[in-house]
Amino acid sequence: MLSYAIKRILAIIPILMGVSFLVFSIVYLIPGDPAVKILGQAATDEAVAELRKDLGLDKPFFIQYGIWLANMLKGDLGTSITMRVSVDSVLIPKLINTLILTGGSLAVCLIGGLLIGLLAGLKPYSWFDRISMFFAQFGANVPVFWLAIVLMWIFSIKLGWLPAFGMYDMRTEGSTWSILQHLILPSIAAASVSLAVMARLTRSSLIDAFNSDYVKTFRAYGISEKNIVFKHAFRNILSPILNMTGLQVGSLMGGALFVEVVFSWPGLGSQLYSSITGQDLPMVQAGVLFIAISFVLVNLINDLLVASLNPRLRH
Amino acid sequence: MEKFEPVLETKQVLQHPLVFDRKENKLKKLWNVFKKDKLAVMGLFIILVAAAVSLLAPIIAPYDPNISNGSKRLLGIGTAGHILGVDEQGRDILSRLIWGGRTSLLTAVVPITCMFSLSLILGLLAGYWGGKTGEVIMRLLDVLFSFPTVLLAIVVSAIMGAGVLTIMVSCCLTMLPYMTRVVYTSTVTEKTKEYIEAAKILGANKLQIAFKEILPNVVSDLIVYSTSLIGVAMVLGAGLSFLGLGVQPPTADWGKMTSDGMKVLTLGAPHVATIPGLIILIVATAFNWLGDGLRDLFDPHKRTQ
Repeated sequence: MLSYAIKRILAIIPILMGVSFLVFSIVYLIPGDPAVKILGQAATDEAVAELRKDLGLDKPFFIQYGIWLANMLKGDLGTSITMRVSVDSVLIPKLINTLILTGGSLAVCLIGGLLIGLLAGLKPYSWFDRISMFFAQFGANVPVFWLAIVLMWIFSIKLGWLPAFGMYDMRTEGSTWSILQHLILPSIAAASVSLAVMARLTRSSLIDAFNSDYVKTFRAYGISEKNIVFKHAFRNILSPILNMTGLQVGSLMGGALFVEVVFSWPGLGSQLYSSITGQDLPMVQAGVLFIAISFVLVNLINDLLVASLNPRLRH
Repeated sequence: MEKFEPVLETKQVLQHPLVFDRKENKLKKLWNVFKKDKLAVMGLFIILVAAAVSLLAPIIAPYDPNISNGSKRLLGIGTAGHILGVDEQGRDILSRLIWGGRTSLLTAVVPITCMFSLSLILGLLAGYWGGKTGEVIMRLLDVLFSFPTVLLAIVVSAIMGAGVLTIMVSCCLTMLPYMTRVVYTSTVTEKTKEYIEAAKILGANKLQIAFKEILPNVVSDLIVYSTSLIGVAMVLGAGLSFLGLGVQPPTADWGKMTSDGMKVLTLGAPHVATIPGLIILIVATAFNWLGDGLRDLFDPHKRTQ
């Protein structure tokens, strides 16, 4: 296991290099002087000249990349054009908010997906199975931003049960209860696609497990159905489910970016949205880098978890 | 949905399109199998209707989609003259939906079609030749995979600025890794099979094996997958327009219409935002149904559960 873990951790280095290189090259792919783009149109000539020297714009492309990477590793992510403050002071709290939302939607996706999948898979072709699988078909294609609007319309505007905007009440700022209330609708909206995928996967894995030889053997031995499901079948379907969870985290994060815009959730998605509109390049670069790195790390953790559960995958 | 029953009975096997009866038209036989799959037929029907409606937009749209009428605003569904109502700028929603279908369908179908041959070549290269080239291709794709699809699209729009072309390039870049991986996986399975061995013994060179032997066997997988991906690309493209990175006003687009409608959600006009999104959902799902149907058609053993 240890050697697998080391190998897997080393494998993310080239991916991270590639990701950072792609983010770095954004500035150079946009036509115009990189120094002007980073400082904004309002920058003075002296400032531009100084930055040109700092960025090493007279040096070869790969040395420029090296300088940029070294700055990033030192934690110097640059200065926001529109806000005139260091990028990391803005983005780190937003990253945490996005991770809270992603965590919430992951919980909805896992709890909802497993529950629906198990109930449907235990009794295939029952009315519950048919209805839930009918909706699950649409789930994979649901435009997240649309679902967010529909949920907001029904539960916030019409019924008034849940808040429609932001992350917490201004009065009870930061209380856990308030955040949880604000988290429900955005989490459901961001989780919809993955929830549908998860429910379908759980259902089909459970049906496969029921048709397998080991379950037939247990049944022949007279082991109770409850024991078969929860002790044996469930453990076997856990590995594909965990694997899929890792794949779905990207979709959850992507969904969160849209949902944040609809619900004004103060996360990286809303920030990226306004930074792109405001052409705030350092902000866009750092935001993209943050999301991509957390995505790579989450996948790493997930792969390690899956491998620790299923020794066959370690080789 | 079938209950647990033998996949194919002897009579069915003889009737199956892949059992050759040269006298009969193969296409007709395929259609006979396809039409039994109700969801796939429904999907095809929805896609054809959507395509026809957007193609005939100038003829069938009751109003000009971009002309606003200040005196009529936010009319509800079922208003006389405006079946689906009027948006916040007094534009007929039905007409905008009809015209919007053009951009939504184009921005999804064009990228997938463009990436089709590229992903075939890359997948075959990586899967069959393997070696250094294959390794480099797959590692580069890994980098693209490490971005959530939306994020990659955002990077593209940051570089190119907003526009229809941006959506298309984004869709190309985000879908290419997935399509290539499908070709790669199928190629790796195919290349160990006996017919490849036979072709080698008969003296076929690598190029011939890749393009004459393997390609016909992996292309069906790619067709099936790409069909479903069109739906995904449509939702992604609409999402970009929703964020203001794609289609620019006043051009009608389903994603843009949803974001415009969001601003009037609190004014008691939920239909402005929700109808276009619903249409995206239906058409995207139709592509999924068609894809599933094609999969069963090409491989009767892989029935969907």
